[in-house]
Amino acid sequence: MFYIIRRLLLLVVTIALVSIITFAVFQILPGDPVRTMLGTEADETQIESLRNELGLNRPLHEQYVDWIKGLFTGDLGNSIRFSMPVSTLLMERLPVTLSVASMALIIVVLVALPLGIFVAKRQKKFSDVVLSSVTQLGMAIPSFWLGMILILYIGMNVDFFKISGYIPWSESIKGALSTLILPALTIAIPQIAVKFRYVRTSILEQMQLDYVRTIRSKGLPEKIVVYKHILKNALIPILTIFGLITAEVVAGTIIVEQVFALPGIGQLLITSISYRDFPLVQGIVMYITITVVFINFVVDILYSVIDPRIRLR
Amino acid sequence: MLKRKFWLTIVLVLVVLFISACSNADEGNTTGSKDEAEATAGAADQVQDIRVRVNDDPDFLDPHRATASISFQMILNMFEGLFIPQTDGSLTEGLADSYEVSEDGLTYTFSIRQGVTFHNGKPLTIDDVVYTFERLMGLNGGEKLSGNFDNLDSIDVLDDTTFVMTLKEANSNFLYSLTALQSAIVPQSNDGKHNDNPIGTGPFAFVNYSPGANLELKKNEDYWEDGLPYLDNVTFVFQSDDQAAVMNLIAGEVDVTGVPGHRVSEVEDSFNISHQNNNSTLIITFNQEKEPFNDVNVRQAINLSINKQDIIDSVFSGYATPIGSNMSPAMGDYYLDGLQDVYQRDVEKAKQLLAEAGYPDGFKTKITVSSHNDIYSSIGQIAVENLKEIGIDVEIEVVEWGIWLERVYFGRDYEMTTIDLTGRPSAYEILNDYISTNDAENFFLFDNEEFDQVMADVLKETEREKQIDYYHRAQEILNEESAAVYIADYQILWGSKQDISGLKSYPFWFHDMKEVKFD
Repeated sequence: MFYIIRRLLLLVVTIALVSIITFAVFQILPGDPVRTMLGTEADETQIESLRNELGLNRPLHEQYVDWIKGLFTGDLGNSIRFSMPVSTLLMERLPVTLSVASMALIIVVLVALPLGIFVAKRQKKFSDVVLSSVTQLGMAIPSFWLGMILILYIGMNVDFFKISGYIPWSESIKGALSTLILPALTIAIPQIAVKFRYVRTSILEQMQLDYVRTIRSKGLPEKIVVYKHILKNALIPILTIFGLITAEVVAGTIIVEQVFALPGIGQLLITSISYRDFPLVQGIVMYITITVVFINFVVDILYSVIDPRIRLR
Repeated sequence: MLKRKFWLTIVLVLVVLFISACSNADEGNTTGSKDEAEATAGAADQVQDIRVRVNDDPDFLDPHRATASISFQMILNMFEGLFIPQTDGSLTEGLADSYEVSEDGLTYTFSIRQGVTFHNGKPLTIDDVVYTFERLMGLNGGEKLSGNFDNLDSIDVLDDTTFVMTLKEANSNFLYSLTALQSAIVPQSNDGKHNDNPIGTGPFAFVNYSPGANLELKKNEDYWEDGLPYLDNVTFVFQSDDQAAVMNLIAGEVDVTGVPGHRVSEVEDSFNISHQNNNSTLIITFNQEKEPFNDVNVRQAINLSINKQDIIDSVFSGYATPIGSNMSPAMGDYYLDGLQDVYQRDVEKAKQLLAEAGYPDGFKTKITVSSHNDIYSSIGQIAVENLKEIGIDVEIEVVEWGIWLERVYFGRDYEMTTIDLTGRPSAYEILNDYISTNDAENFFLFDNEEFDQVMADVLKETEREKQIDYYHRAQEILNEESAAVYIADYQILWGSKQDISGLKSYPFWFHDMKEVKFD
């Protein structure tokens, strides 16, 4: 219990720090939200009127304190760029990003785990060598390029897939899948390439330990040795890695949403940064921080479930 | 045993997913052929829905708040002004059906068009017109939204259909500030909701705006021009990536998109490609208050050393028209031909001019370019190579658009830069904005007395022929003074489905959907 409380406290401190740093960075960054939004055509009258309306002429600390106050009441303020509440914008886009990210995560787990075990069992055999070299390629491929290639060779040839935009699940499940599978694959493929190697290494390490030799000498079938004993012990490092993936998948959606014109959080983040839309950036950063910190929190709890020794520390 | 079941379940799930994906793909095929069958059944049944891709979201839907040209590209379909700009840069009557100007050019009498209704069903009245201008000038309680009407002394209503605008000083360009670009007529009944639920009198009415995704419009059934528009629904789809947009066109997910020059060959066989001189002015310019750019010899030397044709060929795949001043041939007889050939590349002469200016060995400088479009860095790189030949050592600095605006455009803290100046329907604005010393946007700090005088005189001139003479002289001055290295008016290439007709190109950014239809 104490462990969980300590973790929760850490979560709150992390979020507070991230919020202050984002705010500070935005004050240091050159670029003015109103001017960037209105562009070269704006005259001074328009710039001044918009700035007054948005309250950007107030002192910085006042703006920040107001924002924090809003946060506690669930009000994230209004986006400068879109003249709409940040929470509305986030809510509209959250389902898109969550769908892509969770689909990508599922694909990674479903492929990387079995693949890692398979390769570990065939150490130094031909298939191991082939897969390892394919991995190098997988890691080196930039995701925007992979996205383009998937659009070009799969999206444009198979009628089922849509290559841009998003159809909500509520409208049509088939439609949602047709817009989400390719982006999810784009994120998943490089992740699989990296992650199955972790699985392989982790399993190989366990294989060399004494207990494996003991159970083998007891005459247990190889399947039970691998899946019951080795896998269970190898799960701790694997879990850590899959905790980290969440952050990478969220980062991955930023680029992929751009390529597939998916109206998700990542696309919103890029727009909000280039327009210096501070309330919106804060809102998104908060969302990403909370997700990542929360997942890590869950992973930490899972450790203690898998390995009871961890609770004692 | 349990473990085996686990894996078995996963495999089963995967198989089911795969099969369902395949069967869905089959369904997709059948619906596709059904569409084709419908399409061949008869043009009368053709679905008149269009999807047009644009690069970015509008900044505002409220036409008085919007400033970005990309916004007007879309929202001009919803709004109209007293006058409507045409494809050749001229104006025709819009919501004003006739007007008279007094001898001294100070009093304008307008009568408004009868039988026009707003999208909310309310008829257009003179009160809405007065409300519009008072809103722009900040006279009815709100913030002042535009500086365009500072010269307007009063608006007086004569009767239900006529009103008079009185100016403080004569201004031959005044009518150009009465288009939907600067003063779209909006209904008083929609006060306070102009951005959330925009209402105008245009051929299309607002339906929905999803930030980052699309802007949906529908046909205005009561549009005052009989028989127009043809389309039932117009959706502007936002997609920033040009390369992905071309694939969307090929895959049939959008009907119209801009196509980068180097990808034209991939789509020209199966799509219509139309070229639009978009009337923008692509330039490399200098901060003319700083040494050595205050010396006309240095500016001319730079102009002579830059290979404009190289830029046109490599950055725009040849789809650009060379220019010699701010004006593009898209502006008809306002344009003065011949200036584009004055600064043909001549390295020897450039070196000689540099030596005369006191820089026989050249100098070091920096070109600041924005990263929001890669054409600017490409142009920068060509300029660096060209200028190296005459001894000028240029460093490229790439910055974000927001920083470019703050530092270069508004802050004027730069040495050289490259940018394109957005096209406008008015010849006066094209020449005056960005350049004359009385204009706040004069970011290259060009300062020439004769030029300012010409621009002041033209406003007092009411005869079009004489105005044209003034505009021609202004272009000559810009060219002689080498106010900037004028490179080209680059063309926007629109790829569209072959059964679409009625797309028009304007000397400013506007996707006019009024006469567009599927045949």
